[in-house]
Amino acid sequence: MAKYTLTINEKPYTVEAAPDTPLLWVIRDLAGLTGTKYGCGIALCGACTVHLNGQPVRSCMMPVSSVRASQKITTVEGLSEDNSHALQQAWIEEQVPQCGYCQSGMLMSAAALLRAKPSPTDEDIDSALAANLCRCGTYPRVKRAIHRAAGKMKE
Amino acid sequence: MSNHTTNRREFIKTASAAGAFLAVGLSGAGKILALSPFSLLGNEAEGEIELNTFILITADNQITLFNPRPEMGQGTFQSMPALIAEELEVSLSQVTVRITDGQPKYGWQQWVGGSNSVQGSWIPLRKVGAAAKEMLIHAAARRWKAAASDCYAENANVLHRPTGKSLTYGELVADASTLDVPKEPKLKDPKDFKIIGKSLPRPEIPSKVNGTALFGIDVSVPGMLYATVQHCPLIHGKLVSFNEAEVRQMPGVKHVFKVLRPMPHKSVEGVAVVADTFWQALKARQALQIEWDNTGYETISTEDYFAQARKKAAEMDGPSYDDAVGDFKAACKTAKKTVEAVYQTPFAAHAPIEPMNATAKVVGDKVEIWVPTQSPLGVKDDVSKHLGIPKENVNVHVIFMGGSFGRKSYHDFAVEAVLIAKQAGAPVKLIWTREDDMVNGPFRPGMINALKGGFDAQGKPIAWEHKITGASLNGQMEKLDLNGKVDDWAPETVDQNTSPYAIPNRRQAFIWQPTDIPVLWWRSVYASTNAFAQESFVDEMAHAAKKDPLDFRLELLKAQPRWINVLEILAEKTDYRRQRAAGKSIGIAIAHSFNTTAAWAVAVSKNAGGGVRIEKAVCVIDCGMVVNPDTVAAQTEGNAIMAMSAALKPGITFTAGEAQETNYHQYPLPSMGETPPIEVHIIPSQEAPGGIGEPGLPPFAPALFNAVFLATGKRVRTLPVDLGSV
Repeated sequence: MAKYTLTINEKPYTVEAAPDTPLLWVIRDLAGLTGTKYGCGIALCGACTVHLNGQPVRSCMMPVSSVRASQKITTVEGLSEDNSHALQQAWIEEQVPQCGYCQSGMLMSAAALLRAKPSPTDEDIDSALAANLCRCGTYPRVKRAIHRAAGKMKE
Repeated sequence: MSNHTTNRREFIKTASAAGAFLAVGLSGAGKILALSPFSLLGNEAEGEIELNTFILITADNQITLFNPRPEMGQGTFQSMPALIAEELEVSLSQVTVRITDGQPKYGWQQWVGGSNSVQGSWIPLRKVGAAAKEMLIHAAARRWKAAASDCYAENANVLHRPTGKSLTYGELVADASTLDVPKEPKLKDPKDFKIIGKSLPRPEIPSKVNGTALFGIDVSVPGMLYATVQHCPLIHGKLVSFNEAEVRQMPGVKHVFKVLRPMPHKSVEGVAVVADTFWQALKARQALQIEWDNTGYETISTEDYFAQARKKAAEMDGPSYDDAVGDFKAACKTAKKTVEAVYQTPFAAHAPIEPMNATAKVVGDKVEIWVPTQSPLGVKDDVSKHLGIPKENVNVHVIFMGGSFGRKSYHDFAVEAVLIAKQAGAPVKLIWTREDDMVNGPFRPGMINALKGGFDAQGKPIAWEHKITGASLNGQMEKLDLNGKVDDWAPETVDQNTSPYAIPNRRQAFIWQPTDIPVLWWRSVYASTNAFAQESFVDEMAHAAKKDPLDFRLELLKAQPRWINVLEILAEKTDYRRQRAAGKSIGIAIAHSFNTTAAWAVAVSKNAGGGVRIEKAVCVIDCGMVVNPDTVAAQTEGNAIMAMSAALKPGITFTAGEAQETNYHQYPLPSMGETPPIEVHIIPSQEAPGGIGEPGLPPFAPALFNAVFLATGKRVRTLPVDLGSV
């Protein structure tokens, strides 16, 4: 066990964990932010996607010891608490989620995409979210919502 | 109205700091439960269902509606309160929705499956709302000394038509709660609906975009430990020994012990590791050294299963369902031409992204469990049975499911969590890993469907046989011997009611191929495998008769106006009769399941480098009256993608007793980029509601492969198949 200081959604957290503990379980069970989900544990499904300094990463395979206190972790709770982020609004307007379980990961991948490409094509979206799996089948709405949010962010 | 009472009506007046509550309920019909295919959901005895309370109104006009149908993404948090609110005359934006918890007072409706929520609750929940509205109106009429017929309800107020005065429901609730509950309240004429039929937003969606929605796996209770279980890699193997002392010493580990995973047909042994954190439990599990006794299960393989089922389908007639018409065998003898085909569909995992999990606390003979479940009634039944305690000692908290598709109606994981918590003497959250979920099942059973058809000299179809061959869900769960018997749940989309093709000599049969591989209903159940065979074969018959597949169906369905309507609208929406370029084609299929008729047209084109790709998919669905059209569209889009998963991606295979696919790399799901544009058209209807959670799935795969045949000349009869290789 070792002590780690993490910056999650701009707040400091000090946690005690084994060095190989995946960031996912630290975020969920030690920081208590359960919006980030476990789906596969081997970085295939994308449910655990968070941002590390703005880049999307799969937290289920990232040991907590590899994250420095200076690195900013953003989870879905950090997009906005009041659903004011353009993607959250678009998600509500398009009624994207069904069960909702994969949606945190979808939103975090989409947020990273829009930062890199403010006007993504369908192909850009397919490629950026290729490893975000949804079993309910919300893909058509996810795509529509990303286009909608992109449009709104340009206004 | 004073005489309109029944001994099963319930009616509570509660004085509290918040004011009086009006609680209204109508008795549930035990009969409806019997229609459920879900034996695991348990059978509440008629006498036990005494009290259904679905509406709370406080003196300050706070309105709470109870949703008895657990939410797994299918929209019950909107559709169920919509049914009550429509009749109660309140808007959904002014109510709070709460989920019921399996208490008998909420009645039989507390389960989801079989696309039943709207179908089953359509009348009962509207009556709940209508009865409360009548009581509120009568309370106002008394207050005003007016005729009830001069009063009406609107937007949580009762108004007096002649004078225009009004009172809020909150101002009336105390008086209303002293009145009798009308037994047969008048329901609104559908033309007056303000909520039902509109694409209103689902109330829980905002919580699903900011991480605040609570799923089963997110539950945390004070003093909670985490558990993981190593089940025998060979399905049903027995535990001989394990290195308990060594693993017990690992960081954070509190307990290492044997635990049972109870399933209806077998109990499977495993080793539970309980620790302070989930990661510590997982690490310790990796250090387990276990000796298993696999005697009797080393040879289980899906290859053998399919070989045996194919052999039986080829050699046996199998028992007929009782809806046979004419004389199939005699008709075959006179037929000018016969066609035969055998179709195979794989075992499939539900693979919801949220794996199985439950949090349990056991104190003495009382259990508290927080669980993502399709049925709190089923959890109560299964836990009470395995612990030998009364059902009322099991307190269930129903939590959102992160997907289910049938899986979370099978409560092996819930009972396992309770058994672990009991032995650990502390609250425990059990989480199955993705691998645990994928290799342990239960699964959609692999099936063989053998079909034969015959034509007379004029090319008219005169004979038809469909032999459903494979595992029986009921047979396994209820440990039945189905040799020489039919499975009553298997013929969805095949029996005469759900497959009304007018062929004068028809028989439908079931041939049992038992298996020890755990099997379970999987979204649309047998319809998902039956319809692939049936609708592929209808196309094969059409081509054999040199008829267009749409015209062939229209002719055989001409006595079925709703089917004809669905097909004609599908043809119109897709410009079906347009000549298509070489290498491009459109295939269609139609199926009736869960009281809804759905048809897909799938357009494909040949790739230059080989294989085909899906260009577009269009669905026309007739599901009777609709509560929320946007939810119907969402469910149907999801059904197309889940159908693609089962048809195009690897299934689950067993070799030497062990599932070979362990995670999403070996059991990949369709991705966003593989999903074609999907269009859904809902037929306006005044008929009673049908299901929507499943009926969109069965006809998708046959429509796709009917298109593949037209584009490539290749008939796909064994799934899965990679579209890149056809």
